[in-house]
Amino acid sequence: MTTRTTGFFTDSTTCIGCKACEVACKEWNQVPSDGYQWTGNSYDNTGALGHSTWRHVRFVEGVRGGQPSWDFSSDVCKHCEHAGCLEACPTGAIVRTEFGGVFIQPDICNGCGYCVVSCPFGVVDRRPDDGRAFKCTFCYDRQKVGLAPACATACPTQSIQFGDLEELRAQAARRAATLHARGMDDVIVYDPRESSVGGIHAIFLVRGRLDDFGLPANPVMPTTLLARAWTSAGLAAIALLGVVVFAF
Amino acid sequence: MPSKPPVWTWEVPAYLFAGGAAGAAAVIAGAAHFAHADPGLVLTARIVAAIGAVVSPVLLVSDLGRPQRFLYMLRVFKPQSTMSVGAWTLVVFTFATFAALALATPIGRALTGSTALTAAADMLGIFTGLVLATYTGVLLGATAIPVWAANASYLPLHFAASSLGAAAGMIELAGRADTALHRIGLAAALMETVALAVMEIDWRGGHQTLPSGVGRQMIRVGHVFTGLLALVLRLATARWPAARALAGVAAIGGSLVNRMGWMASGRASALQDRSQ
Repeated sequence: MTTRTTGFFTDSTTCIGCKACEVACKEWNQVPSDGYQWTGNSYDNTGALGHSTWRHVRFVEGVRGGQPSWDFSSDVCKHCEHAGCLEACPTGAIVRTEFGGVFIQPDICNGCGYCVVSCPFGVVDRRPDDGRAFKCTFCYDRQKVGLAPACATACPTQSIQFGDLEELRAQAARRAATLHARGMDDVIVYDPRESSVGGIHAIFLVRGRLDDFGLPANPVMPTTLLARAWTSAGLAAIALLGVVVFAF
Repeated sequence: MPSKPPVWTWEVPAYLFAGGAAGAAAVIAGAAHFAHADPGLVLTARIVAAIGAVVSPVLLVSDLGRPQRFLYMLRVFKPQSTMSVGAWTLVVFTFATFAALALATPIGRALTGSTALTAAADMLGIFTGLVLATYTGVLLGATAIPVWAANASYLPLHFAASSLGAAAGMIELAGRADTALHRIGLAAALMETVALAVMEIDWRGGHQTLPSGVGRQMIRVGHVFTGLLALVLRLATARWPAARALAGVAAIGGSLVNRMGWMASGRASALQDRSQ
């Protein structure tokens, strides 16, 4: 079996908000319950991606063309080309798989929590009772044996598509062109290849503003700040040493 | 950018404080040694550094989600992971401070028969101490937390200055009254006063990057303590000697409050960002 670079293409225009992806993910990956809190925000009682939520159906209410609009989009770890969490991990627990996904090895993670603050999408989270960091595994175990991830398999409308990343990119472009031709001129494909994350393995198609779907237009890979911060640290160290030497 | 608030508990800001102060104390100890300062000062500074070198790893390990896996920090060395750089630095720092302390004892001197090893341990202590006093600014700065990232250049300088002031204060409170410590405390307080002034002007001008709330107030109070208050007390020492100890207390307390403030601000900043 040859390995290929895989991806998700989540098309919000065909999502019906059924949350089968959330359920399938929880069942397959044995992710614990995240409680029964009513958020009061549309039909979204999941809230956000977190340690026990690896797929999250976002409900976006608004107004489009004078009519109420109600959009759904299943959010997931973006599996960045240059991943903030992977670079930040001090133990080497976070690795890149042969399919191009970003995977946290649960037997290595020591729960330092640095990946949590290093993800520009706010995806990774530490599970309080367990102590380790968790996020979407891209169903690495299923992919290993040639299966599609649980969420994509369960999706009844093929809103979540799984396959070869380049093919999905072409498919997303075709889908956007079709919708534009039908007059949906607010359709956007989210695939920030020009940003410092260098592209993602989970691309999206949404209508309206990216912000409404929690998708940052320009996600910043935290390591791009390292040069600036270490330069400042170097200057600080020189100043500190200078003061101390001068004092004696 | 949507970002998750830090999951770190109180141990991490406490470590940022203790580690920074210990690092600066080791720099003072090393410099005092090489400058042939009073041996009592060298010893006191080394002890302060060594206490910090024990407290720091304890704090860090207890914050880990899986404390029993703390050695996994040393599975790899990743320069691009500031957490990894910090873990390795702390290990070497702890080794260096204890080596310097042990080698300087009569037994140590008798066993080695030379001062070259002590000098090497002090050099190592100075180098790792400088990293320890500054890298925590990089640790917070190079993240996806908006307020930390916006201050990526400022944090290392600020942490270095307040660590230095706290270290001088600790060594003074441990019973030393050397002029050099006073000068160090004065310089650190001056740097923090300038930082406070710049920050206040920034707020007045409306270019505030710090989200309002308890975190900002803590940072403000922290800067007043490590900066203005410590500076005034240091300057008052000539007329009122008791002010010196108070200046040390202000620098130490302010340094801790500052770090707790940055942690609270980071949390607020991530939550504010997500709700947009």
